[in-house]
Amino acid sequence: MRHDVFIAGYGGQGVLLAGNLLSYAAIHENRNVSFFPAYGVEKRGGSAMCTVVFADGDTGSPVVGNPSVAIILNQLSFDKYAAKVKPGGLCIINSTLVEADAGQLPGVELVAVPMNQIALDLGDMRMVNMVACGAYAAKSGSLALDSLEDALKKALPERNHRLIPANIKAIRAGAAAATQRNT
Amino acid sequence: MSEKLFVKGNEAVAMAAIEAGCRYYFGYPITPQSDIPEYLSRELPPLGGEFIQAESEIGAINMLLGASATGVRAMTSSSGPGISLKQEGISYMAGSELPGVIVDIMRAGPGLGGIDASQADYFQATRGGGHGGYRIIVLAPASVQEMYDLTMRAFDLSDIYRIPAMVLADSVIGQMKESLTAHPRPKATLPAKEWAVRGRESGEPQNIVKSLYLGDGEMEAFHWKMHARYQELAEKECRWEEIETTDAALVVTAFGSTARIARTAVAMAREAGMKVGLLRPITLFPFPRQAYETISGYCKRFLTIELSTGQMVEDVRLSVARDAEVAFYGRPPGAGSLPTPEELFEQIKKQY
Repeated sequence: MRHDVFIAGYGGQGVLLAGNLLSYAAIHENRNVSFFPAYGVEKRGGSAMCTVVFADGDTGSPVVGNPSVAIILNQLSFDKYAAKVKPGGLCIINSTLVEADAGQLPGVELVAVPMNQIALDLGDMRMVNMVACGAYAAKSGSLALDSLEDALKKALPERNHRLIPANIKAIRAGAAAATQRNT
Repeated sequence: MSEKLFVKGNEAVAMAAIEAGCRYYFGYPITPQSDIPEYLSRELPPLGGEFIQAESEIGAINMLLGASATGVRAMTSSSGPGISLKQEGISYMAGSELPGVIVDIMRAGPGLGGIDASQADYFQATRGGGHGGYRIIVLAPASVQEMYDLTMRAFDLSDIYRIPAMVLADSVIGQMKESLTAHPRPKATLPAKEWAVRGRESGEPQNIVKSLYLGDGEMEAFHWKMHARYQELAEKECRWEEIETTDAALVVTAFGSTARIARTAVAMAREAGMKVGLLRPITLFPFPRQAYETISGYCKRFLTIELSTGQMVEDVRLSVARDAEVAFYGRPPGAGSLPTPEELFEQIKKQY
């Protein structure tokens, strides 16, 4: 089985860390992984994107034209990329910052999670990416939440390991929100 | 089995260099290859090696020439604009029969260009690049694992044939992270470097490393000797990968990053019931002509895909049987110019 997920937002939202976390979780589950960051010349606040492909066999192309799942963290990215999601796929949006309705994406399941709000309620807006990862894992079913939690040790630098418990909370909150609000 | 690491392509190059016994690196920062000097600046000094950020790319390549002349394993890396500056030194290394590894993480050009992935340095890499009619060994990895494996291989090939070796990749392969199984340097029989300059205190007979041949017939003899070496390389060292080519009605051919994207497009074609295969050259010099010749004996349609307006396609046309057709699809480099598997699948359908 081959899974691909496209993550987009603005610089500072932790898009690349989210991609890394999903990658480490997939490695934890013994899959092959390709993590491909979009590499631009933008400053902080510019756009940030990455694609993660994981599979039991070959990962194939690191470039995905029509992702089966997209995680969209801001409006600009939604306007630019949401329409690329494959029919039958998932578009998980940060509904705190993205205004969208299901009619805009025919054939695609829109999953609205107020990620900024959830992160803020947990005490740190910077955990928006963790909420997003939890929402992805729970809604797509392609990675176990345990694997994500385990992957935190590898995705985060040693000096930030003290933040792991808080991040686990954010992952779980994202997972709960994605499955409760959208089923 | 050793642990699976998760690293960037550029880091894999640096890790492989260290594993291959390279302790001397000379370079100058440029995107998208700066992870290589960054990694080596941290890791080489504790190993007793030397990391030098040279005053320029020209300085760096001449330091590589000097280090290599003493018989040690050494490396430099850059991206297109820097590799252009290094060409004079590469020509001198080729003329001096010196090994040495040069990594080119291609970016868009010409001139300053841009930092996006490109394959437009193919001509520069495979045709010599500098003056004087020489060739260098060119290896084209298509994954992070191959960045590791082929960098190690580059050091061995370079030592065996006394020809500089280049690892040619782009920002897709350099910047992406994949799982990597690091492994010890494979055992290889390497010739003793009897030509190396050791210094007066070694007590060994004096060696001179030079690229100047003024005597009657000397230069010509040198060229024929190098030509024979290139022939030997072509006979023994060509590498390529074939995927589902045996029953193919159309063979897609691409190297490096493009081959990765094409691989998924080929899988899409197979799923749609089309007999499509993939031929990926791993050595670009020597170019695996034999593979093209053999396959074009039974499959008459080829589609070459590159991140340029067409460079490798010339080698493909020279290599296939005369009655084979070679189509081309290219995306010149730049922001937003990476083809998608879906896009390549459309091209496959057109040519099928």
